[in-house]
Order: sequence, then structure tokens, then C-alpha cells
Amino acid sequence: MELLLQQVLAGLANGAIYALMALAVVMIYQAIDHLNFAQGEMATFSTFIAWQVIAWGQPYWLAFAIAVTVSFLGGIVIDRILFRPIHNAPILGQLVAFIALFSILNSVDGEIWNFTIKTFPTPFGREPLFGLRLISTHEAGMIGVTAVILGLLYLFFRGSRLGLAMRAAAANPDSARLVGIRVGWMIALGWGMSAAIGAVGGMLIAPVVFLEPNMMLGVLLYGFTGAVLGGLSSPGGAVAGGFAVGVIENLAGTFIPYFGRDLKLTIALVLITAVLLVRPSGVFGRTVVSRV
Amino acid sequence: MTMPSREATEPLGTARRAAAISRPGARYLSIGAAIAVALVLPSVATNFVIFQLTLVMVYGLAILGLNLLTGFNGQFSLGHSAFYGIGAYTTAILMDKIDLAYYWTLPCSGAVCFLVGVVFGLPALRLQGLYLALASFALAAALPQILKFQPLEPLTGGVQGIVLIKPDAPAGLPLNPDQWLYYFTLAVLLVMLAGAANLVNSRTGRALMAIRDHPIAAAAMGINTALYKTLTFGLSALYTGIAGTLGAIAVQFVAPDSFTFFLSISFLVGLVIGGVASIPGCLVGGLFVLYVPNLAERVSTGLAGAIYGCIMLLVIFVMPSGAAGLVRFARAFATARPAR
Amino acid sequence: MMLEVGGLCAFYGQNQALHGLDFGLAERGIVTLLGANGAGKTTTLRALCGMVRTTGEIRFDGKPIGGRATEEIVRLGIAHVPDGRGTFVRMTVEENLQLGAMTRRDRAQIARDIEEVYGHFPRLRERRRQAAGTLSGGEQQMLAVGRALMLRPRLMLLDEPSFGLAPLIVTELFEILRRLNHELGVAMLVVEQNAALALDLAEHAYLLETGRIVMSGPAAEIGQDEAVRRSYLGY
Repeated sequence: MELLLQQVLAGLANGAIYALMALAVVMIYQAIDHLNFAQGEMATFSTFIAWQVIAWGQPYWLAFAIAVTVSFLGGIVIDRILFRPIHNAPILGQLVAFIALFSILNSVDGEIWNFTIKTFPTPFGREPLFGLRLISTHEAGMIGVTAVILGLLYLFFRGSRLGLAMRAAAANPDSARLVGIRVGWMIALGWGMSAAIGAVGGMLIAPVVFLEPNMMLGVLLYGFTGAVLGGLSSPGGAVAGGFAVGVIENLAGTFIPYFGRDLKLTIALVLITAVLLVRPSGVFGRTVVSRV
Repeated sequence: MTMPSREATEPLGTARRAAAISRPGARYLSIGAAIAVALVLPSVATNFVIFQLTLVMVYGLAILGLNLLTGFNGQFSLGHSAFYGIGAYTTAILMDKIDLAYYWTLPCSGAVCFLVGVVFGLPALRLQGLYLALASFALAAALPQILKFQPLEPLTGGVQGIVLIKPDAPAGLPLNPDQWLYYFTLAVLLVMLAGAANLVNSRTGRALMAIRDHPIAAAAMGINTALYKTLTFGLSALYTGIAGTLGAIAVQFVAPDSFTFFLSISFLVGLVIGGVASIPGCLVGGLFVLYVPNLAERVSTGLAGAIYGCIMLLVIFVMPSGAAGLVRFARAFATARPAR
Repeated sequence: MMLEVGGLCAFYGQNQALHGLDFGLAERGIVTLLGANGAGKTTTLRALCGMVRTTGEIRFDGKPIGGRATEEIVRLGIAHVPDGRGTFVRMTVEENLQLGAMTRRDRAQIARDIEEVYGHFPRLRERRRQAAGTLSGGEQQMLAVGRALMLRPRLMLLDEPSFGLAPLIVTELFEILRRLNHELGVAMLVVEQNAALALDLAEHAYLLETGRIVMSGPAAEIGQDEAVRRSYLGY
């Protein structure tokens, strides 16, 4: 029983990161109808920046702040310079642009910081939480930070004018323009926020999986999975999906024989595919009913 | 009296010349020229270059498979590395375990991949766009792990994979194995290209494209979308699977980590660069996917990925519809008549 | 003249939809653009808002606005109620109105204006926390007009406001429009298929056919014209 609880909590902890990535992915998707395949690489790059700042002797929270800020600005720049000019190109062409960004960031990471794994500190420590062997303080920190971010985002989108404007720009860009909203900048802002969220996710998972250029590959995949599972039209669903994937992954890896580390990935994906077959638009997604 | 008539005929004359450029005769001429060049190349190139060109054809064929599904039928797949891998492994297992001749493995792996494609295509009917992409991605990600699966090792060779021997040219032909394989691949490629072109220009092809462009209208016109979509999945898998077979023979080796989803991504990149829904474009895509990463690595080993990415971006910025789009644009430009 | 348009041509890709329109609108005036389906009425409104590619002159308050982005044109005080209403269907009525005031900074006044809109359209107040997509067609049209009012526009462009609405609702709506023009001094350019209603509301009318203005004059005169009566008024 204790093992089950432990694994569920550990799954939730990892799931928190998947939830963050899923949220970042869905935010961009709502803005531009595209999945940002480079989301993970952007997060890795940000984490490396934080690592570098710490390596230069600066305190953790300063590095954190710098990484988040740089990511925010970087996301805006990437949108304005890279994706805005091609937003009228065919969908598959834009997809290749995302792939290109992925390739560039991954390569640059490897070149600047090489491929040996690095440890990344955690501000939460790694002791068992409250002395119980259920969950470590860092894992609790992951869940906690994710909850805080989700709360802040909820308040922002529901309670502020800018949040309202962003929601409008995503929901109906033409109408948004007709009320004077600068839709292009709303999209850029979405990119910036998404990049910042990704950065936080990267910095939270790095202490667990160790920092190296390919760190986020699996994480991003699980993030996508969570987003699709929850439904790409629902940020809340994406978050729930992310947590669910974390738990499923952990439980499958622990309790199903034969399926050690290697097949964990496959299991999660297969399960998700199975879910999609039953609910093709994700658990919380809206089936798009198109009128002919 | 003569002046006006000359003015009247001049635009017409140019228009006629323009029509001539796109007339079927000219088309066959350019295809013939390309084939002629392809036939002659091995006699002037080194073995290594011949090998690379063989791989270009292999990738081109794989991309053609993807094109049939995504470009002509609008079903998005990130899973084609799996079909390629299945084709490769079918061949490897047949050649290694029961000593089947390499040419017989072609129809076998084709059949296997067609079946797998259809089996995957059925549930895929329920999924749209990105959801289908994820499901196909799952397929691509699963294959290497299944291939490494302990209980299957006696068959698949596990992590080490299976080694193959490159076949010799049939007795009597003065060709070394590389040259023979080049011609063999070329022959298969031409047959399959012709098949694809035929399909695309037929009623079936039009039905496929109708499904891509407006599935509801297509269904309303009486096209059995489910049937066509599933069969297209199978056919697409067959094409890519046969490419996998040829690739396996060329490389003489199959291993699980050669068939990761990164290969799927490569096919997709090749598809876009060559031009979606363009059959000749597939070969351009194959060229790009084989040579540009090598090129990038020669410029800088550390930043190879970054350079590859930058080149990709450059292509997308300059020709968002790929090489085929550029050709179409150039042709339209050359034949455009300034109206007044 | 608040709005002056000269030689306006509009293009969808390679297709030319408008062929050199000339018309104008005075301060506080109401003008209507009539025409059958496909005549180019919606295109004209979209052209004024920078939503399609245009050539020719568009002047608002004497300043050229052709080629500017939609968001910027809106900020000059031009509110566009598009065909299909353009409501944010998943947001509440109140949020829709707040969005209308997105370019304004005066919080207190915005709140007062929302109350004023509810004054014009009492039915919206009842539904202020409802998702806009759950409103009836007539209510959504009122919401769209209300949202446009939140901009405090000097010019309102209305694209087929009567579309899909029951006759009683339409009469009510046009009454409200007349009142708004009278009380608030908002100029209106109304595109309509329902010629009778539009000619009743407007002072001046233009008739559009396949992207060209074929007739123009005071609304009353146009309404009396034999050809117009046969083709558009049905008698």
C-alpha cells in the first residue's frame, strides 16, 4: 500500500512537470494552432542558462529569475522573428520550422555546454517530506510550484484585462482585431509566457533527471501526451492530462512486469492512444463540430 | 494592316510556346533525360557515391510513401519510421533466418507493411490531425523498444541487430555489388514511381485528394472515405516498407536504434523540402535528407544540428512550398503574360 | 465629410471584388449600401477596416487610412459589427462588452458605459453572466452593437444587422439604431439586403452591383426608383 502511495505521489511529482509542459504547449496551440515541438529544447536551453549563472557563483534564485526572464524575452523574439514571417506558409512548412528550431537549440546546447550530465541544484532539498518516506521535499516542491503557477495563470486570464485580451485573441482573432486588440503582440506574449513556464519546468525536473542537452525529450513527449489526452482546447484538461500521464507512467513502470525503464514510454503512449480511440478529442476536449 | 495582326499573334505565339513547356511531350522528354542520366552515373562515380545515390533513391521512395498518405490524402503521420523499420526487419529476418533471396523479400515486406498499415489505418480513421500525429508517433517510438524486447531477441537480434550480406550481381553482368544494387533499386523505384503517378492521376487519386481537401464534401459525393483512407494507409506503409527493405540491403545492417522517430522527422522534412503532393519532389527530399546533414557536419561537427536547422529555416522562408512549389512558381512566372 | 472613399478597389488574392467605389459619409449621417448577394457589400466594409487588400483612397477625418492594420483603424473610432456578429461565444456577455472597451483606459467611465448599454438593451442585463453563445440571434446582434458602442465610436459599420432575425426583433433593433444615431451622434454605414428597412433608416443610399456603385442618392429617392422597387423592394 505504501508502495502504491509512494508511486502515485512520485507520479504526481513528475506529472507536475508534464502538466507544466502540457500547459505551455496548449497555450501556444491556442494562439497559433500549432504544437511547439521545440518547447522542450527551449526549456533545456533556459535551464542551462540558469546552470551557468550558478556556476559563476550566483545564488539559485537569481539564476532562476534570470533564466525565466531570458526565456520570456526569448520566446517573444522567436515568435516575432521566426514564426510571424511564415505564419501564412503551409502547415507542414511551419512544422519543419519548429523542427529546425529544435535542431538548432539542441545542437547549440551541446556545443556550449557539452553532453556530459550535470547536476542541477534544488532549492527544496531532498529529504523525505515531514520525515515520511512517501515523497521527498523536492518532489513536493515540484507539485507546489506547479500549483502556484497554475493559480497565478488562472488569476491572470480570468481577472485581468490583458488576460481577457489574450483569451479573445486566441478565441477569435478577427473579432479581437475589431475591438482594437493587437493580436500579433498577444501571440508573442503567449510565446513568452509559454517559454517562461517551460523554463520553470526545466529547472524543476533537472535535479531529478540530470541536466544534459537531451534532457527534455521524454518530458516533452509526455507533455504532449498529457495535452492531447486532456484535449488541446482545454488548458485545465492539459494540466490534468499531464498529471495523469505522470501517474500512469510511474504505476506502469512499477507494477507491470517486463516493462522496466525501456518500455515505460511505449506503455504510456499506447495507453494514451487507446484513450484517444474512445474519446478522439481528448478527455476534456471539445469535439469540433463543423457546420458545412 | 500587318502591324495589328503581328501584335495580335505575338501574345498568342508566346502562349503557345508556354503551353509547349507543360505539354506531355516535354514532360516525357525530361523524365527520359533524367533516367538516362541515372543509368549512366554508376560508370563515372565511385562506389561510395553510388552507395549514397542508392540511399537517396531509398529515402526518396520512403518519402513518396509518406507523401501518398500526407500529401495526397491529408492524413498526418509521424510514424513512417516504423513502416520503414518493419520493412527492413522483415527482409533481414527472412534473409538471415530462412535464407530467402533478397528479391523475394520485397513482396514479402511489402505485404507485411501493407497489412500493418491497414491495421493502423483503421483506428486512425477516428483521429484527426494532431491526434493522429500523436498516435502515429506512438507507433514510431514503440518500434525500437519492441525490437529490443528481450523475449523477441532470437528473432530480432536485440540491440545488436542483424547483419546482412550485400548480394552480388547476377552471373554474367560486369557489375560490382554496389552498382548492381544501384540498378536494382533504380528499377524498383521507377516501377513504384510510375505506379504512384498513375494512381494520383486516376479517379482514385482524385478521390484521395478530395478526401484531403474536404472530407465532408467527398463523403457527400459518395466516396467511401473510410475505405480509401485505410487503403491509402496500407499503400503508404507498403511504399515506405519497400524502401526500408532496399535500405537494409544497401546498408547491410539493421538495428533498433536506426529506426527511431527521428527518422520519421527526417522523412517529414524531406517531404516538405521536396514539395508536398509532388512525386518528383520526393527525390529532391531524399537528396536533401541524405546530403545536407553531411554537409552541415563538414562545416562544423559540434554545430552540425544548428547548421542543418538554419538551412531548413532558410528553405522554408524562401520556398515555403518546397522545391516543387518553386518549380511551379518559376513555370508560372515564365509563362505569365502581362495583360495590358 | 467624415469618411471619404475614392476609387476603392479590393482584391481577394488575384480576384478583384470591388472596382473603383466612390462614396462618402458625413458626420452623424446614416448611409446604407444595398445590393444582392455577392455584390461586394461585406467586402466594402472589410476594405474600410483594412481586412482585405485595397488600392484607392480611404480618408477618415481627412487622413488616409488605407493600408493600415485593422487594430489601428479601430482605434481611430471606427467600430465594425461584422456579418455573423463576431461575438466571443465562449465568453460572457459582460466580458464581450468589456472587450469592446479594450482600447480605452478610463475604468470608471467604462463601467458606466456598460450600464448605459444595458439601458439600451435591457435583455442583455438579464444575461450578463451567460456565455454569449447561448443567446438568441437577436440578443447576439444587440450584444454586437453594444460591444461596438463600448468603443465610443464616431462611425459604426454594420454588416447585415437584420440577418437571421425575426421581423419584430429587427424593427426593434433598427429603432434602437435610429435612437443611437440621434442621441449619441454616431454615424452609421449600414450594409443590408433588407432594402426597405435600410432605406427607412438611412438618409443616403448607394446601390452596389458586382463591385460597382450603380446608383446613389437620397434614400427616399432610391426607394422610389422603379428598377430598385422591382428588384429589391418587391413591388
